[in-house]
Amino acid sequence: MRNKALPVDPAPVPHTGFDVCLRRACVAFDGQDIFHDLDLDLPANSFTCLLGPSGVGKSTLLRYLAGLVDDAASGEITCSDSLNLQGRVAYMAQQDLLLPWRSVRENVVLGAVLRGNRPDFARADALIAETGLSDAAHVRPTALSGGMRQRAALARTLMEDRPVVLMDEPFSALDPLNRLRLQDLAARVLRGKTVLLVTHDPLEALRLGDRVLVLRGSPARLQDAIIPDGDIPRDVTDPDILHLQGELLRLLGAYDQTGIAS
Amino acid sequence: MNNRLLTLMRPFIIIAVLIAAWQLFVILTGAPKYMLPAPMEVLQTLIKRSDVLFDHARYTIAEIIIGLFAGSMLGALAALPMALFAPVRFWLMPMLLVSQAVPFFAIAPLLVLWLGFGMASKIAMAALIIFFPVTVAFFDGLSRTEPGWLDLGRTMGANRWRLLAHVRLPAALPAFASGFRVATAVAPIGAIIGEWVGSSHGLGYLMLHANARVQIDMVFACLLVLCAFSITLYFLVDRGLRAALPWQPDSLAPHR
Repeated sequence: MRNKALPVDPAPVPHTGFDVCLRRACVAFDGQDIFHDLDLDLPANSFTCLLGPSGVGKSTLLRYLAGLVDDAASGEITCSDSLNLQGRVAYMAQQDLLLPWRSVRENVVLGAVLRGNRPDFARADALIAETGLSDAAHVRPTALSGGMRQRAALARTLMEDRPVVLMDEPFSALDPLNRLRLQDLAARVLRGKTVLLVTHDPLEALRLGDRVLVLRGSPARLQDAIIPDGDIPRDVTDPDILHLQGELLRLLGAYDQTGIAS
Repeated sequence: MNNRLLTLMRPFIIIAVLIAAWQLFVILTGAPKYMLPAPMEVLQTLIKRSDVLFDHARYTIAEIIIGLFAGSMLGALAALPMALFAPVRFWLMPMLLVSQAVPFFAIAPLLVLWLGFGMASKIAMAALIIFFPVTVAFFDGLSRTEPGWLDLGRTMGANRWRLLAHVRLPAALPAFASGFRVATAVAPIGAIIGEWVGSSHGLGYLMLHANARVQIDMVFACLLVLCAFSITLYFLVDRGLRAALPWQPDSLAPHR
């Protein structure tokens, strides 16, 4: 297990946002490029959704930004406030990654515990209430439903209070209704943060993204950003959104494979 | 309700069936008392000689329990540095594997030679047998931490030791518990072998002594005491581990 030198106790960061710029990123596995000379911009305080078919390298790109890719990677990550991105990122994966031996509340304060700081339980309780888990705060994760577990993971992510939040298909394992609820919750509680959310669901991207990016091809390339109208979370039954969904599906290559007439 | 009753009765039914089969075998083969005593004869000896049996059982039980904890401690202490430091792993693991090629029963006389006739050589024997399964199980648990948890810890800026204390160690406890269960089951073997090779106390000594004098009922009485203790110990350890690790998924709980 590697342990890169991360700041053990990151100083409180200014909450004024900053842009994140990724330049000439290259990641290869087994000698094959996942992506090559990729550029990505995350404007301050905006919600960016990254869409792409399975296996195209969305998660790898996200993990690269989170500092979790060690091998055969190169590129340059800069922030507009000229500070380092490392230590200012919160990460949320598809699995909730809750520790089964800790209660929800103890899971929410995990970051402070791992850094050796005194956990701020008052704030944790406020976030647990905000994510609708007050009744389950002292319960172990195994006793919770999938939706509740992902709420707890969201509360833990918010507890980190980092300006940049990277989310890897956080809602993909949920049933449609729970997914809509969690998307609403995420849109509300992540307002003001710089978010990159990776998903394979075009409607989720259009519901949550200030900008929607499509990653496709091998080595993968980013297509021009789609910027839907209106504030998030958007109504997925809106005809404009449904029209954009068609466009996204076409970009993802749905029509060449399934033969749906355009 | 019926089910509950059956669960409670089950151990007694199993014991009754085994005793009945034993009695039936004695009747059918007409085995003489000095070859295979009947259950009632063994029971009589068990009651009549209970003071002697208890006196010797004390030693064996102490050897088993001390050996169990000593072996498990050593196993855990060997697994930790192997999981944490690659060089330790590369050097220690082959040595452990080689050590398993040594037949422990064959070195029991050496242990008696080095550590004497007392309890130390028996505790060492039990601990030696226990050491390897515990080390392997715990090492396995430590090296199979969910990678997502390690990723999460890294983005949270976790320090290596806190990650060990709060994530890797608790995550490896169920694996350690499996090793400890195996250890509980094999610890009596170590103690008894040690007593066979050279001792002046303990159930193993008593059995060997009785066997040489053709007191086969006494041999069986010793076996019964040993079995009763081993089963009780395993049951308590199993219950204790389940209670200590309540988050562990357990779809095959045997005591419902």
